Amino acid sequence: MIEKKYHSIVIGGGAAGLSAAYEISKSGFSVALIEREESLGGILMQCIHNGFGLQEYKEELTGPEYAERAIAKMAGSGVEIITSTTVSDLIDENGTKTAHCYSAVHGALKLGADTIVLAMGCRERNRGNIGTAGTRPAGIFTAGSAQRLINIEGFIPGKRVVIIGSGDIGLIMARRMTWVGAKVLAVVEILPYASGLTRNITQCLNDFNIPLYTSHIVSRIYGHDRVEKVDITPLVDGAPQDEDTFSIECDTILLSVGLIPENELSCKIGVEINQDTKGPYVHSNYMTNVKGVFACGNVLHVHDIVDFVTEEARRCAVNVVDYLRRKILPTEFRIQPGANVIYLVPNHYVPGEEINLYLRTFIVKNNAQLIVETSDKVVLEKKLLHVRPSEMIKVRIGEKDLARLSADEFKDLKVSIV
Amino acid sequence: MKDPKKIICISCPIGCELTVGYENDQLSVSGNKCARGKSYGQEEYLEPKRIVTAVVKTNSATLTYIPIKTDQPLKKEYINDLLNHLYQLEVKVPITLNQCLLKNFNNTGVNIVFTRSLEA
Repeated sequence: MIEKKYHSIVIGGGAAGLSAAYEISKSGFSVALIEREESLGGILMQCIHNGFGLQEYKEELTGPEYAERAIAKMAGSGVEIITSTTVSDLIDENGTKTAHCYSAVHGALKLGADTIVLAMGCRERNRGNIGTAGTRPAGIFTAGSAQRLINIEGFIPGKRVVIIGSGDIGLIMARRMTWVGAKVLAVVEILPYASGLTRNITQCLNDFNIPLYTSHIVSRIYGHDRVEKVDITPLVDGAPQDEDTFSIECDTILLSVGLIPENELSCKIGVEINQDTKGPYVHSNYMTNVKGVFACGNVLHVHDIVDFVTEEARRCAVNVVDYLRRKILPTEFRIQPGANVIYLVPNHYVPGEEINLYLRTFIVKNNAQLIVETSDKVVLEKKLLHVRPSEMIKVRIGEKDLARLSADEFKDLKVSIV
Repeated sequence: MKDPKKIICISCPIGCELTVGYENDQLSVSGNKCARGKSYGQEEYLEPKRIVTAVVKTNSATLTYIPIKTDQPLKKEYINDLLNHLYQLEVKVPITLNQCLLKNFNNTGVNIVFTRSLEA
């Protein structure tokens, strides 16, 4: 068995892990980056469409190109890259963390570290999560696994396709399926509006005249060996209108019904999970409730743009380095979601230090207002041109804004959108 | 001359609904909130173009398909020709990032480049 020690172990070699590992190592600390696949890059490698990197590189890249830039930085960085390796357990003993791993290439590994960065990303919700009635034939895929089949393995999962959910991966797959010769018959969305980005609605559905049924559900799946048909039922105020149900004959169903941060491993080391994000609660420095264990990227909360993942991971890494140097934790106050806010990250702030906040709202609105306040004073008001649940809001509360509070006024902050 | 068309602007997340058409021989865009919307509406009306991404077969044992893209947006009417052409190909490794696969496809000025590198 291989036994080694590092200042930091980063788990997951996707956008978040690559960015975090590089930044920590740049400050002179020893880092191991553990990835369960044979190669680095994570989900980016199967996202062959373009639109990545506009913030980070000021140009439009495809997923593999974005990943390759991040991977190229690793060469000569001093990060020890351990691929084809799965972490099966994380243990914290008197501040020393141990990652138990196994690997077809390296055998069993027992890796120790002062800090752990959780960067495992997320996984797709599936049929079980939405509880669709009917039989259980072949031909039902999550959009991401269909994407992998087509773009990496080179298989076409079916010919006549109905897509459940209008998340971005589903929309991207509608175009991808069409371009490999399949016929996409419908996209069925339970909400009254599409969950994906507008540019994906126009370029992936409208370009091919693919109908989008909002306020509709797939109410039943038919088929013995293979999917044969689905029933689609409209909703009025959330109630299914059974008499208006219609059917579409198809052989394939793709599910694009959301993502869940993958935190089984986090729980093993005692990390507390926020039920609003399904990711860990984190302090202003991205540290979880377990001292020395940090989280960033999609394992923390689901992002819609990879550039934000890279940026968040970099910020997380700066804090890991700071912790490795000083090992002291500053006094903090909480930041809580107020009106119309689904969730926000991070959940704490340090008085006087700038806060970089990511949040999502329940509402669709033009000219919305973001308000950051304590129980008796407004810290920041900001106009937002357009808000919607599918677009993450990023806001910086600067030291200047916080200067509005005198020392004895620092207390819990509430963030609302009206 | 074409009929007026409703186009959703994708220049930013607001997604204005544009109406584009000819008025007294002048191409006019309405419904836009900014200049980017106007130029997007004009181009989308006159000559819609798209970046095309796909995968092509390789002779590699580790990765049987490799991703490619058009290095600039391609006129929509050429997309199917391009895809059909790509499906006939088998490319040889090694391949480097941004290496050119096809130059000046159908005299459109658009090149097809690899978006991933692959060792032999």
